[in-house]
This record gives sequence, structure tokens and C-alpha cells, in this order.
Amino acid sequence: MRVKRFIPLAVFALLALLLFKGLSIDPTALPAARLGQPFPDFSQPELLTEELIDASALRPGPALVNVWATWCYSCRVEHPYLLALAEQGVPIYGLNYKDDSEKARQWLADLGDPYRLNIADRDGTVGLDLGVYGAPETYVLGADGVILHRHVGVLDQAVFEQDIGQWFPALAKLGQANAPESSAQ
Amino acid sequence: MLILMASSAWAVIETYEFSSPDLASRYHLLSQELRCPKCQNQNIADSNAPIARDLRVVLYEQLEAGQSDQQILDFMVARYGQFVRYRPEVDRQTALLWWSPLLLLVLGGLGVVRHFRQKERHPERGLTAMEREHVDRLLKDRLP
Amino acid sequence: MIPEIGHLALIIAFVFATGLAVIPMWGAVRGNIAALNLAPTLAMGVLVFVSIAFAMLAISFLDDDFSVAVVAANSNSLLPPIFKFSALWGNHEGSLLLWVLILSGWMAAVSWFSQGLPRVMVARVLSVMGMIAIGFLAFSLLTSNPFERLLPNIPLDGNDLNPLLQDPGLIIHPPLLYMGYVGLSVPFAFAIAALLGGRLDASWARWSRPWTNVAWGFLSLGIMLGSWWAYYELGWGGWWFWDPVENASFMPWLMGTALVHSLAVTEKRGVFRAWTVLLAIFAFSLSLLGTFLVRSGVLTSVHAFASDPERGLFILIFLALVIGGSLLLYALRAPTVASRINYTAVSRESLLMVNNLVFTVSTIIVLLGTLFPLVMDAFSLGKYSVGPPYFNAVFVPLMALVMPFMAIGPLSRWREDSAARWLHELLVPGAVVVVFAVAVPFLFGGEFNVWIALAVLLAGWVAVGVLKDLWRRLGVGSGYGLRWQALTPSFLGMAMAHLGFAAVVMGAVVVTQLNEERDLLMEVGDVEFLGGYRFELTGLSREAGPNYMADQAVFEVTQGDQVIATLIPEKRRYFASGQMMTEAAIDASVWRDLYIALGEPIEEGAWAVRLQFKPMVRWLWLGGALIGFGALLTVADRRYRRQSTRHSAPLAEASGLAR
Repeated sequence: MRVKRFIPLAVFALLALLLFKGLSIDPTALPAARLGQPFPDFSQPELLTEELIDASALRPGPALVNVWATWCYSCRVEHPYLLALAEQGVPIYGLNYKDDSEKARQWLADLGDPYRLNIADRDGTVGLDLGVYGAPETYVLGADGVILHRHVGVLDQAVFEQDIGQWFPALAKLGQANAPESSAQ
Repeated sequence: MLILMASSAWAVIETYEFSSPDLASRYHLLSQELRCPKCQNQNIADSNAPIARDLRVVLYEQLEAGQSDQQILDFMVARYGQFVRYRPEVDRQTALLWWSPLLLLVLGGLGVVRHFRQKERHPERGLTAMEREHVDRLLKDRLP
Repeated sequence: MIPEIGHLALIIAFVFATGLAVIPMWGAVRGNIAALNLAPTLAMGVLVFVSIAFAMLAISFLDDDFSVAVVAANSNSLLPPIFKFSALWGNHEGSLLLWVLILSGWMAAVSWFSQGLPRVMVARVLSVMGMIAIGFLAFSLLTSNPFERLLPNIPLDGNDLNPLLQDPGLIIHPPLLYMGYVGLSVPFAFAIAALLGGRLDASWARWSRPWTNVAWGFLSLGIMLGSWWAYYELGWGGWWFWDPVENASFMPWLMGTALVHSLAVTEKRGVFRAWTVLLAIFAFSLSLLGTFLVRSGVLTSVHAFASDPERGLFILIFLALVIGGSLLLYALRAPTVASRINYTAVSRESLLMVNNLVFTVSTIIVLLGTLFPLVMDAFSLGKYSVGPPYFNAVFVPLMALVMPFMAIGPLSRWREDSAARWLHELLVPGAVVVVFAVAVPFLFGGEFNVWIALAVLLAGWVAVGVLKDLWRRLGVGSGYGLRWQALTPSFLGMAMAHLGFAAVVMGAVVVTQLNEERDLLMEVGDVEFLGGYRFELTGLSREAGPNYMADQAVFEVTQGDQVIATLIPEKRRYFASGQMMTEAAIDASVWRDLYIALGEPIEEGAWAVRLQFKPMVRWLWLGGALIGFGALLTVADRRYRRQSTRHSAPLAEASGLAR
């Protein structure tokens, strides 16, 4: 039966298609497991005031939650852009992940503070509940406090325009965010 | 450039004290079943990335707290997704993965059975197909 | 200057390869003997120029020429010379060059050792190999040129070779592995040539066998070495992780195992033709697929070379052409009239059919497990991971399934045999094995372990089958003395390989079941007991190596009042890269390994230490070595050397030219 002999070729064709598709996928990209869920509740001190806060402090949305630490080099790289975003009116909350709070406060004093408030997650419990696996990470919270997206890595203009900007339609000129590159670098 | 475990070039040795040997062996198994979310394909037992270390601590604490294996796995999956399990959950999504070994064997076995039944239905006669082809070719080329 | 010569040589090799792919193939179509005869010369040309290119790259490495990009990225002036040389293949570009070098070596070997074969066949085989060479040379020249320069800013020193690769095991592991992977291109080429020529007969199988056995033998050795290296180098005593790149080498091996057996059937009985051709195509296709997986970044792996989708696309297109082309040829040319089924359901043929089935299913399972995350991701069904727990759960039963047949196989008769006769031959030996299997765990472990009992049963069964075969061949008890001449290399090789397989199974099960491990904090003077041995940390010191500084812990291992060994595990810090590495200390023996690795220093003078007692772990690699060397031994058999006198030359020529 001639047709039977074509089966290996057909199977291979499917495999080749799969591999082709695979070339455009990043196998290391890991979407947040908590997508579509509200931000996990917690009770931690705020970094600057030391007052206890919980998840309701991260309102109103839409807002960004940025995971950062002083030991994280890339966080320093993305910092100016965060300042620019904050200036544009984007609400940014910080999750100071497994960090020395004194050093963190000093850092913000030196480099500028783009955060509405900062969760001092000294032992990383909030990060664990969120599914953080390394800094920097940035979460997008919707108007109702639901996690809409996670970006792993440095947040910059390109990433914002491509993935995040869609939730911040109020931002008239994203291009403005480029301007203060000179500061703090 | 070869990226060969540049981040974990040394043995990761945690010196936990378990309250029972059963917990220790469960720790051993689970730490090999859980994947480090950040690394290039390593379990949390073998990686020394910070997140792997944190997850080992969490695993230890959960075991000591009396959580079952399934509860611990569910805990990890809730935070990091299915990605973090090296043994995928057996459900409808992974049916292809878990059932294909048996399926393939059964199909293969059926094929073998059919193969031998066929032989009974078409007993041999005269030249084999191969011999026939060879003769045809020889005749066609008019070799001495 | 030297890199330029190398670059030029690579281009010339490409030209030769193109000639090789085209001219002899055209000669076969047109019946042009001159064109056919050009094949060996062209193959030689490829070998010569690739060798020159390789030599030039080697010189660049050994001379610390950091103007060459790969040298700067992978070497360092402090690196010991032998590692400067092996750094050549410790990266993507250089390893590709090694691939092509080994391919051209195989091409030359095929042209030398094929004196008795029809010229047309040899020409076609070499042409096909030339086509493969074109693909890899083009890939190298166009996307991964090893001779790229970093001018004018030549770095003062290189990045250093990853410390994990600075090891003798890593020197031989890739070359052996490539000998295997690339070697499978020979049976592939023979299969294609046979399909093109329209003769898929016993001769094709006979010609293919020695090449297949050697390639498969090298692949076995390469995989075995990789496992052994991982064990002693990586510090946690593991020896197989089902990592995608490991699987990429294992799948050709599994397919190769089926092929080795299937070729025997086709050669001796003229059946399984379509199956065998398909296996030959698949085995090499899986090698190519492995190349793709390792270098394209499609899967996450600790072994992966730096990934680049552009390179991935090139390889994928090449894959599509080679594999797609060969499967198309198969669909069009494979015999549709099935060979006469001249064997019964109880025969050696049917046992080997089961073998084919199990190994093919195993290959598909490993492929499915490896690609499952990709499949799910491609269909946006989520991110999954498939690792050792899954593979061990499905693969082990499959191997257990084939082992009962392994003992009967060598004893079975072709065409028609009887189950009663099998029972008669193996009943008594089988009963002995069962008793042994039940008793052994008690004798050694003190506790009955069902897995070990099963392993002893299956492995013992296989061993017993081999011994029975040996007994029978020697003609023991026939009254005519022992027929030593019956122990041909072919038989001995098979016996070794089967015993090796049994040894691997035994080792794997025992070490998994009876492994003892302890992680603890130790200071000088601390003592720990494990596996019946006493470990005492007697001292700590520092020692400098050629390109590293090491912290050492001295352990004295005793059993009773007998000193077994002094083991000195190290924690090294390499100067150039600043990387830390652990060097485990191992006391090896056939029956057990004692394994000590250092973790991190917790306080001053106290270290986290891992002690392991690993019974029979060496059996894994001893078994692997038996398999590999057994396969290599088979080609020493006289029957392969008799090929040149089998056919009268003119008839061979003429009949070869008929197509």
C-alpha cells in the first residue's frame, strides 16, 4: 500500500512545523502563575514609614508593582525609566525584595523615589506568594487589583510600549518617558 | 560560547535537621521533582540560584509543618505554574504524555499480531518479491 | 595569517564537498565511470582541507591567538595546553568543525574499505555523505565561522574555558559522541543509495552492518563517558538527568540499537527490509535533530550552546531537506511488495521484531517527553516541564519488557522454532536465576527489595541466555572437545554487548535503591558513619593549581581498623573567570563508590559536606564500555573482510551499473 509509505514523511512534516513554531517561542519565558488572580494578601511594613500595610494599599489600579532590591544590578539600570514613568503619572508600587531596608531607603534618597509606597519584603514571603523568581520584575495590576501581566527583566521604553502600555491609555505621550535618561546614570 | 551551568558549578549541600527520616527522604524526592524556575533545566536540589535556595527552605518548612506531598506541589504550582513540576500532573491536558507509552505498545502489539495473521491468509508461493525484482532486472539488462 | 589559511581551507573543502555531492551522483545516473571513480578522490579532498582548517584553529588556540573570536571567548593564557586544545570543541563554532572533520574521516574510511562493493553504490554513498557535508560546511561558513577575527581590538586575554570543561573526560566525550552521531550517516547513506539504486537486498544490509556497529559502538562509549563525567565532575553523584541534550544523544542510540538488530535480520533472511531502511533513516535523522535541539535554543538545557534562532532556522531548513528528502525517497522507492513472510510467530525473526518494536516505542517516548513542553507551549496550553520522574516512570518498564526476550534471542532459531524447545533450553538456568534473585537481596542487603530482585532476575536471565549460547557454541559435552573457533568476534561482540546491557541494568537499579547519602556540617575531628564505613575529617588546607586556588578537606575513611582511603575533596576558585567549582573525591571500586563533595564553608573551619555510599555504580559504565567495545569487536569478524572476494568483479560492476 503506497499510502502507508508516506506516513513517516507526514509525521516528519508535522514535527518540522512544530520546531519552526518553536523557534519563535522563548522557552525560558514564564508567565505569572497568578495571572487573573488578585494580588496575594500580605501584612508587611511600608519601607519609609514602617507602618503595616496590606494588599488594599496597592489601589487604585491600574498600577505597576515593581520588584527591586539594592543588590540587583539591573534594577539600577531600569530605575531612571521608572522615575520617568512615575512623572508621567503611572502609579508604581515597589516590592523591596529580600533587601536591607536601611540600604534601600538610602538608595531611594540617592537615586530618586518613583514609588507611591514600598513593601518592605525583607524575608521574601510576599515575593514567594506572588511567584517572584528574581529581580527585577514588574507586575501590572488592573483597576480591581487583579494581576494582568508580569514582565521579567529590565523595564524600558520598548517593553512598556509593547506589553504594558495597553493598560495605561491615559498616557498621552509615551515618547516623553525617554527624556530624563540623563538623570541618575 | 558554551553555557554549561555557569551559575551552579558547585554541589549544593543543605544541612537540614529533619524531625524524622521519612521527612528527609520525602525532601530528597520532592526537591528532585521541583524545578528551579530560573535555571537552565535543574531541579531545586542541584541548583544554587537564590530562588532555588528559597524554595528548598520553603519545602523544608512545609514538610516539617506536616503538609502532604500533593499539598506542597499544589502550593508551588499555584505560585510558579505547572512549569515547576518535573513530573506533570496526570490530567486531561497531559493525557497524551502519560498514555502514549501504553498506547504505542498496544498499537505495536496489534500490528505484530496482524502481521502474523496476514501470513496465514497469504501463504508463500513461488519466488519472493525480492527474487522476482532481481530476476526482472537481470533480464532487462540482458546480462550473460 | 593562520586563521585565514584555515578559513580558505574550509572554503576549498566546501567546493570539494559540492563536487562530491554532484559529480558521482550524476555519474551514477548517466553511467559515467570516470565520474564515479572521482568519488574517493573528492572525499579525500574534503578530508584534507577540513583537516587543514582544523589544524589552523588548533594552532590558534595553542598559540593564544586572541584575535580569533572563539579563542578569546573560550580560552585563556593560563589554561593548561591540553585544555587549550580541547577548548576548540567546547563551543558552538569549533564543535561544528569537529563534526565536519569526523564526517570527512568517515567518508574517507568508506572509500578505503569498500573495495569489493559495486562502484555505483560507493559513489552514491559518498555523494550522499557529501551532501551532508555541504550542509554543515555551509552552516559553518555562513553563520558560525570559527575563524572570525576580533580586529583591530585584540583582547589581552581570553574569557577562559568554563571550569567544568577543564577535565580529561570532557576532552574525549565530544569526539567519541560525534564519532557515533556522525557515523550513523554511513548506514543512512547506504540506505539512501540502496533506495536510489532500487536494490534493497541482503547485500545492502551486509555492507551496512560493520559501519553501523562501529558507529553505534562509539555512540555507546560517548554516552557512557558523558554519564561518568557528569558523575565525578558535577558534585552530586548523579549520572543521568534526561536533559534534552542527553536525550538528543540517547534517541539515536535507541534507534541505532534497533537498527543493529534489524540489519542482522535483513542480511540473513532478507526480511524487514522496509523497516530497516526506515530505521537507518531515522537513526541519523535523530542525530541531526539532536544537532538542531542543542544549537537552536528551542529547548532549555544545561548543555545548550548559546542559542540563536537564525542558526536554528538554518539547521531546520537543512533538516527539512535531508530528512524530508530521504523520507520522500522512502515513500516513493521503498518496496511495496512485502518480503515473503517466511517465518512463524515463534522464531528468531519474531523476537527481533519485538526488539524493533520496543526500541522504536522507547525512542518515540523519549522524543515525546523531550518535545512535550514545546508542543504545549506552541498550542498555548501552558508551560510544562518533563523531567526524570516522568522518564524513569515510563522508560524503565519498557526496558524491563525487552529483557526476557534478550535471553531467548541468541538461542532461538531462524524461520521456525518452538516454545517448547525454548523452555527446555532455559528452564533449569531460569529456575537458578529465580532462586538467586530471591536470595541475593537477603545475602547482601539484609532486606528484601523487590526492585533489586527483579533486576537480578532480568539481568541474570540475560546473562544466563548468553552463557547458554556460549555453552552451545563451544560444543561442551559433545565429545569432540571445545570448538574455540566458534567464538567469532561477531559472537563475542554480541555476548559482550548483551552482558553489558545486563550490567547497566543491575548497576542502575542497585545504585538507585541502595544509595546512601548524608548532608551535614563537619569540622576537623568530626566523624560520621555511612554504609558501614567511618568517615573522619582530619584536616583542612589550601592548595594552588595552575589556574585556580583550592580549599581542601582531608578525610580518612576506615572500615573497622582497616584504612580504606584518604579522600581529599576540593572547592576551587578559578582565577580568570572567578568561578567556583567543586571537585568531588571518590574512592572507586567495582562493588561501591565512596563519594565526598564539599559545599560551602558555613563558619570558620566548618564545611557543609555531602557523603555518599553508592553501591555498584561502576557497573553502569563498565556495562556501557562492554556494550561499546562489544560492538566495535564485531567488525573484526572474518566475514566482513571476505567481502572483496565474494563477487566476481566484472559482474559486480555491470550489475551495479544497471541502474
